[in-house]
Order: sequence, then C-alpha cells, then structure tokens
Amino acid sequence: MIIRIMGEGQFKVPSALLDELNVIDNQIVDFVAKEDEAGYKKGLSELFVAIKDKGTPLGAEDIVESDIIVPPEDLTLEEAAKIFSGAGLIED
Amino acid sequence: MGLLNRMGTIVKAKTNTLMDRLEDPSETLDYSYQKQLDLLQNVRRGVAEVATSKKRLELQKAKLMQSRDKLDSQARDAIKSDREDLARMALERKTALDSQIRGLDLQIADLQREQDKLEATEKRLSTKIEVFRTRKESLKAQHSAAEAQVKVTESLTGISEEMADVGMAVQRSEDKIENMKARSAALDELMDSGALEDFTQSGDNIDRELAKVKAESDVELELAKLKAEAGK
Repeated sequence: MIIRIMGEGQFKVPSALLDELNVIDNQIVDFVAKEDEAGYKKGLSELFVAIKDKGTPLGAEDIVESDIIVPPEDLTLEEAAKIFSGAGLIED
Repeated sequence: MGLLNRMGTIVKAKTNTLMDRLEDPSETLDYSYQKQLDLLQNVRRGVAEVATSKKRLELQKAKLMQSRDKLDSQARDAIKSDREDLARMALERKTALDSQIRGLDLQIADLQREQDKLEATEKRLSTKIEVFRTRKESLKAQHSAAEAQVKVTESLTGISEEMADVGMAVQRSEDKIENMKARSAALDELMDSGALEDFTQSGDNIDRELAKVKAESDVELELAKLKAEAGK
C-alpha cells in the first residue's frame, strides 16, 4: 500500500496498517469536531509516527499513484476544519 | 475514513484537472511535462522567497539585539551613578526586547524548516521530472498500443498527484510567508514608532538622565578642585 504524506513524499506500508490508521483517523475527526487542538495535534502526530515507523520512503524516481493521502504534518486545526467543511486546501 | 478520505478526494480532484486533456496521449504527455517544469520554477521561487524572509527576520533580530545591548550598558551606567530608577527602566525595556527576540527566533527556526522542506521537494520533483521526460519519449514512440495507453495514464496519474502535492506545498509556504511578512511589518512599525527602541536612540530619556548625573558629578568634582586650589 502506498501512502503519500503531503509535502513529504510517498511511503510503502504494509496493508495491515490501514486498520490502525482508521482508528487514529476517527479520533482526529472527533477532535476536530470538538475543536480540541491538543487532541487533534496528538492524533495527527500519531498518524505520522505510525506511517514512518512501519513504512519505507519511496525513491524520488518512482512515479506512482497513492492509495491513501495524508495531510501535511503542520496542518492546523483550522485548516482541518476547512477540509471537513468541504472547502479545499488547494486553489483551483 | 475521515480526514484521510477527504484529503484524498481533494488531491484526486486536483489530479483530475491536471489530466484533463487526455484525448491525445502524446500531446497530454508534453503538456504535463511543461506544467511540471513551470511547477519546478515555482518551487525554486518559493525557496528564494523563504530565504529572503528569513534574512529579513535575522536583520530585525540583529537590530533588536543591538538595542538590547545598549539598554544593558545603560543599566550598568545607571547603577554606577546610583540611579536605580533609571537602571530599572532600562532593564524593563530590555526584558520586553528579549521577548520580541525570542519570538523572532521561533519564526526564524520555522522558516528554516520550511526552506529545508521546500529544498527537499525541489530535489524530489526534479528527479521525477527527469524520469518522466525519459518515460514520456519512450511512451510517445509506442502510444498506439493499448498497453502503452495504460502506462501513459499511470504515469500521468502518478506525476499529477505529485504536482498536486507540490503545488499545495508551495501555496501553503506562500501563505505562511505572507503571514510572517505582516507580523514582521508590524514589528518594523513598532520599532519605527519608538515603542520598542526609540529610547536607545540619541537623546533618549535614560541617556539624558545619565548625562545629567554625570554632568552634575563633574560639576561637583570641578567645584571641589577649585575649592582645594583656593585653599578653602
């Protein structure tokens, strides 16, 4: 399974990691809904630790599509809320 | 999935707009390649922009450090002249400057990280563009085959996702710089208005007071000398 961390590049991770990421992702959704910044930051950093721990970075010469896309590490709670509200991060 | 799913949707939407012109594979490959080169230019501009902003903050910091040192020596002079009130005033201002300087240090470190990240992005993207260029030529030579068509789509999807990622990184970096510029301009204004450092310029309160104290004691010394000469 290929995961892209926005702003950092892609990682190859075992597919089994998906369940773990799902659990963290659901927590992040709750934190954003409750506007709990500390919890949100903690959740986000757990996401990156899990991916980097169990994954290996893809080489710069690999050009492949990702299965999962993870937001940038410094995504603020405000930006996350924007993503949920449907307003994108990327200008058209 | 929550955040990840939505993030994926956002990037895929951007990826699709980058691949819009897939009617003629050969043309699409060339078009995408041109876009990649444009993007690489953007990243390079971004790196330069971040470096300039960092430099600006470093200059501001140097200016504040100078003011801080001056206040420090003013406080010492004041103590020597038994003017604790003046020393206290100087030290209070110095403390305020210290907190501004700490703030600048954080911003400078932040910009350094941003610069490192963009430089890594630039390297990664330029490698991918080079790989894409080679692959593009070989695909163009055989694009009639159905298999080649699949490969064209694969390559384009992969590189377009990369471009969406890099495009967003550059855009966020620009936003960050804009933000910092505004704060930096505010600090400049504060410095210009004298709220932070005017008192260390010539003729400020502490200097004037210290000069007065010194003048007074010089007068006393001179007086004492004259008195001694006159034998009184």
